[in-house]
Amino acid sequence: MDDLLAHSLLVVTGKGGVGKSTVAAALGLAASRRGLRTIVVEVAAREDISRALAADTASAFDERSVANGLHHISIEPQRAMEDYLRERLPVRALAGWLSRSRIFSTLTAATPGMRELLTIGKVWELCQPGGAEPYDLVVLDAPSTGHGLAMLQAPRTFASVARVGPVARQGQAIASFLGDPRRTAILAVSSAEEMAVSETLQLRSRLREELGLELSLIVANAIVRHRFTGDDERKLRAAPRSPAQHGGLFMASWARHQRAQLARLRRGTAGVALVTLPFVFGSALDRASLQRLSRELER
Amino acid sequence: MSIGERMVGKRICICAGSGGVGKTTTAAAVALGLAAEGRRVALVTIDPARRLAQSLGLEQMGNTPRLVEPAHFAGEGIEMRGELWAMMLDPKRTFDELIDALAPDAATREAILANRIYQELSGAVAGSQEFTAVAKLYELDASDRFDAIVLDTPPSRNAMDFLDAPDRLTGFLQGRALKMITAPTGGAAAIAARGSGLVFSALRRITGVDLLADLSAFFGVLGGVIDGFSERANAVSRLLGDPATTFLIVTSPEPTSVEEAIFLRRRLDQADMPVGGFVVNRVRMLARNPPTVDESALTAELDGDDRLAARSMRALEDLRALARRDAAGLRHLSSEFADERPILVPQLDGGVSGVAGLVAVQRILFASRRARSALLAEHAF
Repeated sequence: MDDLLAHSLLVVTGKGGVGKSTVAAALGLAASRRGLRTIVVEVAAREDISRALAADTASAFDERSVANGLHHISIEPQRAMEDYLRERLPVRALAGWLSRSRIFSTLTAATPGMRELLTIGKVWELCQPGGAEPYDLVVLDAPSTGHGLAMLQAPRTFASVARVGPVARQGQAIASFLGDPRRTAILAVSSAEEMAVSETLQLRSRLREELGLELSLIVANAIVRHRFTGDDERKLRAAPRSPAQHGGLFMASWARHQRAQLARLRRGTAGVALVTLPFVFGSALDRASLQRLSRELER
Repeated sequence: MSIGERMVGKRICICAGSGGVGKTTTAAAVALGLAAEGRRVALVTIDPARRLAQSLGLEQMGNTPRLVEPAHFAGEGIEMRGELWAMMLDPKRTFDELIDALAPDAATREAILANRIYQELSGAVAGSQEFTAVAKLYELDASDRFDAIVLDTPPSRNAMDFLDAPDRLTGFLQGRALKMITAPTGGAAAIAARGSGLVFSALRRITGVDLLADLSAFFGVLGGVIDGFSERANAVSRLLGDPATTFLIVTSPEPTSVEEAIFLRRRLDQADMPVGGFVVNRVRMLARNPPTVDESALTAELDGDDRLAARSMRALEDLRALARRDAAGLRHLSSEFADERPILVPQLDGGVSGVAGLVAVQRILFASRRARSALLAEHAF
């Protein structure tokens, strides 16, 4: 965990619905507990995580403190573009006029990959050491596998398309930052289900082939920790049907299925560290359960 | 109502919802059920894991539909009265084919396909899957080869990207903005051109000349297919809003998925899109009057294994807690749409895998309400 938190940026990706946001928030909590000034970055406004982290209703699109040393922001491409223009253009009025211009906004909206570039560009900026209060760690709650990869690829693609000029320079700078394993770590969150495991295996091979990058960590989320042996299952199956017999049998087969998928995940990702997080049966996501999960990550 | 009843008179079924809620499986099970009933069905899926191809007994799925062997389901007791065809969407190829179909001449087609920005970006970026999915849907429908088309929508965090992405591109292409950039003519256009000239000079300072030249070349050559795109966009909108089209909103009972499903339903209503209802996957049901468990009786039934009895009871407690959480999610969904009766699919033992899992889901979706209630009760804790 210390090695992981020594990075500047943690990119958390994986199949939809496996708990990327939960893991990103838990990582943020773990980092801030260690005294790191941390920010969790969401890329699509989804209020549930920020709600679990903070009760206030301040705009999620501004950097805001949600706990001791922990911050949160939601990035929206249009706003990222306006910020970018304000910094690049010496004349404020021009920046304002440009970002309001219909041609300009339709052009940026329609240019393939532009939204991804603007978003990852903003993330990159948050990772920079300059500024009054720089962050020690940025945790990016990235989009699911395909879109996540597109986001990681965007700077490189733009750098090669633009060849020269500020976009090329910045694209290259971002691409080399994302490609530097000492500064950027890529984490895959997976559940122990067949499709999620397949997608995680595919994510890893695409990362290696298309970007030359390796996963730093796999978080196998929502693992049922009930233990039943094959013998237990046979006994349960032989017993007359009752609610507890049904519950035990259901859980046993669920856990067995997960173990098989987890083994498949480990086999397919040999050499990559893997941690498991338990399935939370009780209440839905809240601050307390996030804290518990973040302590599990540190084990 | 079962899915079968909801699909009467419907030709197109679009499965929408957030990622990881079992959309692909639901789409495949709907297609399988319709084909078993006697229709000739095309299943269009976006399953990067290629797991569905295996479940359907296809070596691989390509960008055109392939016939699934009816014998493949015989072992599971499915009598295939119609035909099931399946394909996996390849966004890059579909985009190329679209350009191919819409380009007025070979030179325009070549210019677009050869454009560096088009090549680098047409297949890889967010939005292209959504855009090409509807393009493919339109193409299949226009071919008149199928009685029904079932579309699995791309996994995206915001499921509405699916409806917005085509508009984002076609809206731009149809728009005044593009015309100003590509073909400024006449007096008004000259003023507009000055405006866009300013935008370009500002852009140049930010982006660098090369990118801009390539971008305007890109939009310039795409200009050659503007009319085709506009027509296609209108046709696609008509198709999506057609009374023979229906959206199935797929969700899990988890609070985040339910929120997304509610949001999606509202957006579809606003856009006047026909909604066929909700499918809620992986539901853990609570028994109507959950009986208390007599631990000593259970121990006796387990040959005196008291530790196994205790562990089974803990498992039951956890599952009941989960079932209560799921029930809360379902109540939330029902409270928003009182007239809706979501179709609930229980979490199946050991998850859904292979052809058996697909058939199991199909049976639940196509069961009558009474039969489904019985099935759900059987799975309750």
